[in-house]
Amino acid sequence: MATLAGRRDETAGARTLVLDVPGWPGHLPGQHVDVRLTAEDGYSTQRGYSLASAPGTERIELTVQQVEDGEVSPYLVTDMAVGDQVEVRGPVGGWFVWTPDATEPVLLVGGGVGLVPLMSMVRTRRAENSQAPFRLIYSVRTPADRLFVPELLDGAGTETAVLYTRSAPEGAERAPSRLRAEDLVAHGWPADRAPTCYVCGPTGFVEHAAGLLVGLGHAPERIRTERFGPTGG
Amino acid sequence: MPVISRGFHGRRRPDQDRLPPGQYEVRDFPVLSAGPTPMVRTDDWEFTVVSESGARHRWSWADLMALPSEQPTVDLHCVTKWSKFDTHWEGVSLDRLLEDVDTQASYALVHSYGGYTTNLPLEDLRHGRAWVVHRYDGSDLSPEHGGPARLLVPHLYLWKSAKWVRGIELLTEDRPGFWEGAGYHSYGDPWREQRYRGD
Repeated sequence: MATLAGRRDETAGARTLVLDVPGWPGHLPGQHVDVRLTAEDGYSTQRGYSLASAPGTERIELTVQQVEDGEVSPYLVTDMAVGDQVEVRGPVGGWFVWTPDATEPVLLVGGGVGLVPLMSMVRTRRAENSQAPFRLIYSVRTPADRLFVPELLDGAGTETAVLYTRSAPEGAERAPSRLRAEDLVAHGWPADRAPTCYVCGPTGFVEHAAGLLVGLGHAPERIRTERFGPTGG
Repeated sequence: MPVISRGFHGRRRPDQDRLPPGQYEVRDFPVLSAGPTPMVRTDDWEFTVVSESGARHRWSWADLMALPSEQPTVDLHCVTKWSKFDTHWEGVSLDRLLEDVDTQASYALVHSYGGYTTNLPLEDLRHGRAWVVHRYDGSDLSPEHGGPARLLVPHLYLWKSAKWVRGIELLTEDRPGFWEGAGYHSYGDPWREQRYRGD
């Protein structure tokens, strides 16, 4: 059981829900929760959403992108009011996770709202004072679509490169384009540093980015993927 | 008692009876996997069944193609809540692949190219309920959906239908696969909503 304690606008279509969950057992960054909505006549439906926050309290944060014509996300992003309750189950997922005692280099590659579970890793690293070297490559359509950028660029402790696919801010050196191998070379880790790579985004982005990483010599077993799609509502 | 989400109405669908609890219907075909998509050439492909005694049965791609194929039309149910109705596949029944395998094993651990594994009772691979499929919707199965060939066990959650399948190990004791070892249910019956360990 979770109660909406607050919310923050992140972009025009994405909002962070701050939820109080008494008895929350804690989580590993990268895990998600199942949210179940129930209508007055008993109809119910559920969706999974990644945790955006670091563990450590009974307050969790989910950053939800509203899916046009979705069944659940418009309710969470637009209709739900502070004080409203939803059922939350979790945390779930034991693979796409980072553990704070890990010391090897980490490369995070996020596309669009796929940044959310990676942001939980960035926040956890900072909260735990981990010295694991982190680099983040964040591919996003336009400056207006960026999530969490002030926090990322202002001392989050993770070297961050924001890349644009459709339109870049004025004066940007890199012309807008989809992620390229040279972006991963310029802003990632060389394969011989053997980083653990976490790739999250829409399916096309994940297929493309994971393929580029393999092509650059990263071992497939060190590349962990998670996909977001318009499906999910 | 469930919590009523104030002001939530939701979207019932006419096919609601075909949906297991907690699922919703999609029309596209989402892709999920834990790592990069393995690129497996059919020239290099092989499928093996290894029994508990160590006896090994092997099929090349040409061997698989030479076997009689079936064309199941089935509903898919993914643990991430989406279901897809009436998917058309072509492949070889596991009954056919297991018919010459002498075994007393009760469990199967399925192995994939790329290192993925999943476990299920051997019985669930028999009786016309499981196939090694290589075509989807009239075309060769694409790599992101598990091509050149994947397992199809549609009566269980879709993570049991291992993509990029390369073999089956027959075991006298159950051994958890990849997701089963990461908190997901050992059996995964969508109609009993066996998503996670303990469900």
